[in-house]
Amino acid sequence: MITTLRRHLRGDRLAGYVVYFGFVAILLFFAVALRDVGFLSAQNLMNIVRQTTPVTIMAIGMVFAMSTGQIDLSVGAVVALAALVTALVLRELGLPLAILAGLAVGALVGLVNGTLTIALRIPSLLVTLGTMGIVAGLARSITGLEAVPIIDEAYTFAFGSGAFGLVSVLFLWTVGAVAVGHLLLNHTVFGRHVLATGGDPAAAVAAGINTVRIRILAFMICGMAAAIAGMLYAGRLHGARYTLGEADLLTVIAATVIGGTSLFGGRGSVIGAVLGSWIMGILNNGLILMGFSVSEQMMARGTILILAVALSLREAKR
Amino acid sequence: MSGAPPLAVRGIEKAFGALQVLKGVSFSLEQGQVLSLLGDNGAGKSTLAKCVAGLYRPDAGRIEIDGRPVELDSPQRARDLGIETVHQGLALVPRLDVAANLFLNREVARGPGWLGLLRWLDKREMYATAERVLQELGVRIPSVRQPVESLSGGQRQAVAIGRAVAWGRHIVILDEPTAALGVEQSRQVNELIKSLRGQGVSVLLISHNMQHVLEVSDRAVVLRHGEVAGDVRISEVDQRDLVELITGAARRET
Repeated sequence: MITTLRRHLRGDRLAGYVVYFGFVAILLFFAVALRDVGFLSAQNLMNIVRQTTPVTIMAIGMVFAMSTGQIDLSVGAVVALAALVTALVLRELGLPLAILAGLAVGALVGLVNGTLTIALRIPSLLVTLGTMGIVAGLARSITGLEAVPIIDEAYTFAFGSGAFGLVSVLFLWTVGAVAVGHLLLNHTVFGRHVLATGGDPAAAVAAGINTVRIRILAFMICGMAAAIAGMLYAGRLHGARYTLGEADLLTVIAATVIGGTSLFGGRGSVIGAVLGSWIMGILNNGLILMGFSVSEQMMARGTILILAVALSLREAKR
Repeated sequence: MSGAPPLAVRGIEKAFGALQVLKGVSFSLEQGQVLSLLGDNGAGKSTLAKCVAGLYRPDAGRIEIDGRPVELDSPQRARDLGIETVHQGLALVPRLDVAANLFLNREVARGPGWLGLLRWLDKREMYATAERVLQELGVRIPSVRQPVESLSGGQRQAVAIGRAVAWGRHIVILDEPTAALGVEQSRQVNELIKSLRGQGVSVLLISHNMQHVLEVSDRAVVLRHGEVAGDVRISEVDQRDLVELITGAARRET
């Protein structure tokens, strides 16, 4: 007990805890700074969760990609393409196929990302930089920059606009995604193999783990999470547009890394990623309430990303 | 000796680019025997071990298990045949805890088989078994819940060997198991090897430590420039003979 405590304090798992301190600190800061404008009201807090849900879900997906020692830069572009495909299929073929089509977009991009990374031995950073461009281009061309409205009420209710009293359906999406992600990473054979693959690929291979399959599956999970995020944006906004998710990549990576997931693989935290995404959400919300502009928010996000990565690197060197 | 040897290597060749590392190596490992693979750096010892572990595929020649030629095309295949290997790099995942490493890719999990990778980890069972197995083997570590990266070099080595010993039903390959260890820990490794032999497990030992080799081995195969320079019974040689074989000053078979 004492030794465990000491080990934690010594910093072996410091990065895993920073997110908790950070979360409380930023919440307290805005609670005090914005006490007059109702920052801490239930409604504002639910607003933050609602606005953050797509990023939260993307960050959970990113935990899987990063835990295998990879990164996926195409998530923002997948959001737009999946949203548009879902909206188009919904209009033509109905709800069930729309959901399947949206998920298929994410799974397919993930499959391509994983396969290219492994087959061509190109770092995933560059592969997904490329697919980000391709997917973003597809999202623009698929409707010729046109937005696709969604009028199906069952869809908009389930995917973002619905609420049970004060509880937004998006809050339930967050809870569901956290539960699935956390259990998958920490309590299944798959999660164990993900962490082994990212922690020491050679050791994983020597143990007979099919690391190729694990890495591809991790990319597919990441892609599908981004697709769900896109479907949620479309549901909340009653339509899809190629601009959806455009600005989310930075936020997602920052949230994941703040949450204690190692950029180099082998360590991932789904709960950390959720708190990380909420930190980014609170920051956005708080800065808006304080009267800062979008450009200033972008700078704040960039700064936080650099801080988070610095922390991650410091830990890796230890 | 009943029947075919557990492991027979026949004319194995392996090249990396222009570098011919193994030039037709043959030997066999009898049941319950400890066979040391000796040779200078670059003689091809580790390459040979990796061929038997399923990590490298030989260019020519064949490997027989119990007299049957086998295609060791993956580490999993080797494991399925009861071959466990402790690689020189340890092959532990530093960030996972001791029990997780012990059960890497043979996790105890609940749920129907068709769930495959989605089966539920039975962590409690794995912790309990890991603790018991390591205790039985005399491997002393503070806790099986500790990440391997927090262990000392000797403790890590003990865990790696413990894993091979715990699972190696048939053949255990140890690649330089004592290279990073102190005297006392090396002695423990020797005890582990002897107890393996007692259980009828065959051991292929790769070591630079001549003392170690003479103490635990029944036989030694000496590799030199990718060829067998000697295949001798340990009871019939001394340290000087082995050194001469390794350096190429002599060549013999007994």
